[in-house]
Amino acid sequence: MNDVLDNLDVFLRGFRTTVSLTLLAAIGALILGTLIAAMRVSPVPPLRWAGATYVRLVRNTPLTVVFFLVVFGLPEVDVKLSFFRFALLALTVYTAAFVAEAVRSGINSVPAGQAEASRSIGMTFSQTLRLVVLPQAFANIVPPLASVFIALLKNTSIASAFFIFEGIQAMNQLIQKFGDSVLPIIAATAVGYLVLALLSAFLFGLLERAVSAGR
Amino acid sequence: MSAPVLYDVQGPRARRRVLIASIAGGLVLLLVLGLAARRLAANGQFDYAKYEPFLTEPQLYQRLWDGLKNTLIAAGYAMVLAAVLGVLLAFGRLSHRRWIRLPAVAVIEFFRAVPLLLLIFALFLAWPQVTHTDLPALWALVLALTLYNGAVIAEIVRAGVLSVPKGQTEAAYAIGLGRGQTLRLVLLPQAVRVMLPALISQLVVLLKDTSLGFVIGYAELLRTGGQLVQFLRNPLQLYLAVAVIYIVINSALSALAGYVEGRQRRTSGRTPVAPTQVETGMGAL
Repeated sequence: MNDVLDNLDVFLRGFRTTVSLTLLAAIGALILGTLIAAMRVSPVPPLRWAGATYVRLVRNTPLTVVFFLVVFGLPEVDVKLSFFRFALLALTVYTAAFVAEAVRSGINSVPAGQAEASRSIGMTFSQTLRLVVLPQAFANIVPPLASVFIALLKNTSIASAFFIFEGIQAMNQLIQKFGDSVLPIIAATAVGYLVLALLSAFLFGLLERAVSAGR
Repeated sequence: MSAPVLYDVQGPRARRRVLIASIAGGLVLLLVLGLAARRLAANGQFDYAKYEPFLTEPQLYQRLWDGLKNTLIAAGYAMVLAAVLGVLLAFGRLSHRRWIRLPAVAVIEFFRAVPLLLLIFALFLAWPQVTHTDLPALWALVLALTLYNGAVIAEIVRAGVLSVPKGQTEAAYAIGLGRGQTLRLVLLPQAVRVMLPALISQLVVLLKDTSLGFVIGYAELLRTGGQLVQFLRNPLQLYLAVAVIYIVINSALSALAGYVEGRQRRTSGRTPVAPTQVETGMGAL
């Protein structure tokens, strides 16, 4: 137990990386995922096809394989980034596919009359999507997006196998140093993830209430 | 599948615009692919040497096949055990007794909120300390997958049971069945039909997650690929090959889930438990 309390700073350092990986990848995935969802509902067939292919390929590939391809594959074609950026890239590319699915289901949930009304006042496809449909879609998909991003929070742990010092890596390092306190160290790490997950769930709950109150 | 149409039926002018946009969009996509191909070529990734092992080394396919077998073994054990655990936890959560319900809720929420990797390490590192026996990597992986997927499946089962019309429960009570009998004999068999698509989708998640076995040295498909890369020196090609194997299997499973879901909708008119929800939400709190 003392080994845990004496090394809280190690945990904090690790979980700080977990949080920053999660937040940055979430922003990246939200942008990329929305773009892909927009491609999938667009009137332009090649873009629809490209969006659908992206989602299908990425969703059926394990995140670990994405990590291997990014971390060991990209240097082969002379793309050399820091391990943190590699991890960020892998997490963003992977999570974007799930965000795209959530956004697309949100777009489908907006009543057809909304799009019809905006067309009848002469809006183009991109105006309809940007000004009318997407704002309503996002209000509808806060819960599924929340579960995508909580999954992302947990998925950042895979970065520990690729030279990133985050929550799990902090745990492994402490276990190596204090072999007698394996259980308390693991329990403390679990508590760390629980706190972060519950906190995100709480914040998304607030967000959900805020957007539904606005309507 | 059909999205609400965000654009009108196209007249001649709109068709021309879409055609122009299609050509432009297609060109942009081709440009991206072309740049990627140039980059690959410039770094010698199209050299014959990088692909030679795929043509000349029967060993390579043997090794990948062994890896795939280990992946499927782990996934198979984990799926069966997770289904059992999931049903037990779901029954616990549906129980009317608080001292059964609350622990079940706590267990389900805990294992859904904690990263799978942590569970794998916890079993692999803590088991020998606590029990003074070794836990083979396969079983550390299988047990971790069981705990996590059991918690997820519990929620699928619960949603399935709750979707069975209330009259079924009332009828069961009316002929004198107890709560447990009602769950086992009346509700669960009907819920399975509704749950099937979500369960198959969860199998995709589980199969993907077996790749985490590489961190504790379990020789599944991905780790085998990594070992081959050590002496073949073609990471991009080999990891892509591994990705293709996963994509083929998982696409087939996803298609099966979609087919079952579609048939369900047609024949029973009841909406199945949404698989997408569970698929994406590796822990919807």
